[in-house]
Amino acid sequence: MASQPRQRRSAPQAPPAESGAAENAAAGDQDGQLRKFYRDMVLVRRFEERAARAYTEALVGGYCHLNLGEEAAVVGLMAALRPTDYLFTNYREHGYAIMRGIDANLVMAELYGRVDGVSKGWGGSMHMFDVTHRLLGGYGIVGGQLPLAAGAALAIDYRGGDEVVMCTLGDGTAAIGAFHESLNIAALWNLPIVFVIINNGLGMGTTVVKSSAEPELYKRGAAYRMESARVDGFDPIATRDAAAKAVEAARGGKPYLLEVVTERLRGHSVVDPAKYRSAEEVERLAHEDPIQLFGAKLTANGALDPDMIAAIEEEVAGIVAAAADFAASSPHPEVATLFDYTYATPVPNDSRRLPGEPLFEPLPLPGVNA
Amino acid sequence: MTIMTYRQALHDTLRAEMLRDDSVFLMGEEIGVFEGSYKITAGLLKEFGEKRVRDTPIAEEGFAGAAIGAAMLGLRPVVEMMTINFSMLALDQIINHAAKIYGMFGGQASVPLVIRTPGGGGQQLGATHSQNIELFYAFVPGMKVVAPSNPADAKALLLAAIRDNDPVLFLENLALYNTKGEVPDDDIPAEIGRAAITRPGRDLTLIGYSRMAHVAAEVAASLAESDGLDIEVVDLRSLRPLDRETIVSSVKKTHAAVVLEDDWLTYGIGAEVAASISDGAFDYLDAPVRRVAMAEVPLPYSKPLETAALPSRDDVIAAIRQTLAAVGHRAAQPLAAQAIGVLQP
Repeated sequence: MASQPRQRRSAPQAPPAESGAAENAAAGDQDGQLRKFYRDMVLVRRFEERAARAYTEALVGGYCHLNLGEEAAVVGLMAALRPTDYLFTNYREHGYAIMRGIDANLVMAELYGRVDGVSKGWGGSMHMFDVTHRLLGGYGIVGGQLPLAAGAALAIDYRGGDEVVMCTLGDGTAAIGAFHESLNIAALWNLPIVFVIINNGLGMGTTVVKSSAEPELYKRGAAYRMESARVDGFDPIATRDAAAKAVEAARGGKPYLLEVVTERLRGHSVVDPAKYRSAEEVERLAHEDPIQLFGAKLTANGALDPDMIAAIEEEVAGIVAAAADFAASSPHPEVATLFDYTYATPVPNDSRRLPGEPLFEPLPLPGVNA
Repeated sequence: MTIMTYRQALHDTLRAEMLRDDSVFLMGEEIGVFEGSYKITAGLLKEFGEKRVRDTPIAEEGFAGAAIGAAMLGLRPVVEMMTINFSMLALDQIINHAAKIYGMFGGQASVPLVIRTPGGGGQQLGATHSQNIELFYAFVPGMKVVAPSNPADAKALLLAAIRDNDPVLFLENLALYNTKGEVPDDDIPAEIGRAAITRPGRDLTLIGYSRMAHVAAEVAASLAESDGLDIEVVDLRSLRPLDRETIVSSVKKTHAAVVLEDDWLTYGIGAEVAASISDGAFDYLDAPVRRVAMAEVPLPYSKPLETAALPSRDDVIAAIRQTLAAVGHRAAQPLAAQAIGVLQP
């Protein structure tokens, strides 16, 4: 049992150039832009809270992993991408889907398993996908998205395009073989890709120090001669700037490894009470909330005031309530569509048998007249 | 028609498809500079360059996944897995990703990917290099699995696989690479999902795929000559989808079936074929469906042990004779008499 509260690893340990660049860029941001970041973070927060409620109401099935605590990371990272860039991510991806520009209604409808969901009800919480917004998947298998993302970057390079792939992963994923193979391939072939480790300190309940022999995960980039950095994932501006630098490198054919240090404010999934956390850590987390911290900073700077915060909360509440209403009123997929997506190229002898049906129609019994 | 080896048919088809379509490219271990472990890709690096003939690190999961990701963006990668045994390192990418992406995301992205790989034992390569695990892939909806047994099918099915928008596991066989046959000069793909009746007959249906379809054809020809038997040979060609209609209609005609496979019997492809015959032709059967399959051991290195474990022509002939004896087949009377001591003591 871990007795020591984990310390959030943040900007002071990041390479010095990183924090300096972030401050300069932050100073150049207009108040409107800063408020937009704040509003987007609130949107992710309230959306996830609404998703958790729908889960407890049994309107959402399966697993449901939330971005609570990672709002600044999500918003900052997505702000660094062009609409034409691609995102591959894991199963904790609702916020990314919304910040890629996908209508919150469609994201919620996917959670409800309805036809209007981004994946038409076939994917659920872990498998959001939207070609238009170039979200090429939430993936439920840890590490599964890394080779795919490297391959997407290979396709871009093959065609001579200028898009970039961003591939996010959790801290636990840095221990899996696909991580090593994908970073090695990306570096060998100079692919336009940024790997982003969202380090929230915990796998499910296993800490980074218990799963990685090099717990400063960004340092693993050195094994592939890949430039890497660590950034404070509670600061959306610093995260955006670090991501922008990484994306720019990738666009020039230099893959990049970015570690974003953040927190997971709740359990691994909605149903996890996180009893493995010490009382000290729970107490610390109660006072460490990226939205409150960023809100307080903007308020102190004069970019935000209580009326603005109230207006943002009201606007976001409307979006989230509408999303839940939309999802609830969207129809379930027709059972007749069950066999529509097994193959992209139709093929003879593709089975369309339901569980109780025989493979062949039974023959009439001998001697029995119909 | 041109007579060529199975190897040459594969090589020429890869080359022709690369010339036809810029989005077709090759990836795999040692396929470029080394020209492939089995030389299927010989000369292609020189002709097409590193962009389209890509030597990969030894990272099956990584490069299979990279091929899948490239396919999602519309390229048509053809991956060579040095042997099917090594494809197990990429199972997560093939089964959890390639086979799932079209369905799991509601049809928004397809995966036009081919994984070419040889299976097969009999080369004294020992337990880990002699397996036939195509079943793993044939088990999974979303995958297509084809297994050509001759040079003409090697060409026609490879054309089909490359032009298909789904992930196709293309099973080759070490023992078939040097076999020769007539190959049409045209450019017509086979239809995935269809078996072929490579020899029509009335006395018994002999079913196989890949090397065992080749063995089936040889045994049928040999028994026609020696015993006057009229055996129908069904070459499955496609393991997923499985062409049950062709199997069942053949058995309805012949009333007896022997199924050949190079993999282990328990839970094998033959089990699925036998169950399909039971479902579709139970009332037509005059004898139990017989399966000829590998002994259930990790394949040994020792030549006599390896030979004993793998299905041979004699095993196939014995199974046919015993099945026909059980049927009480007219043409098999002399054979039935031979077998009676075994079957009816």
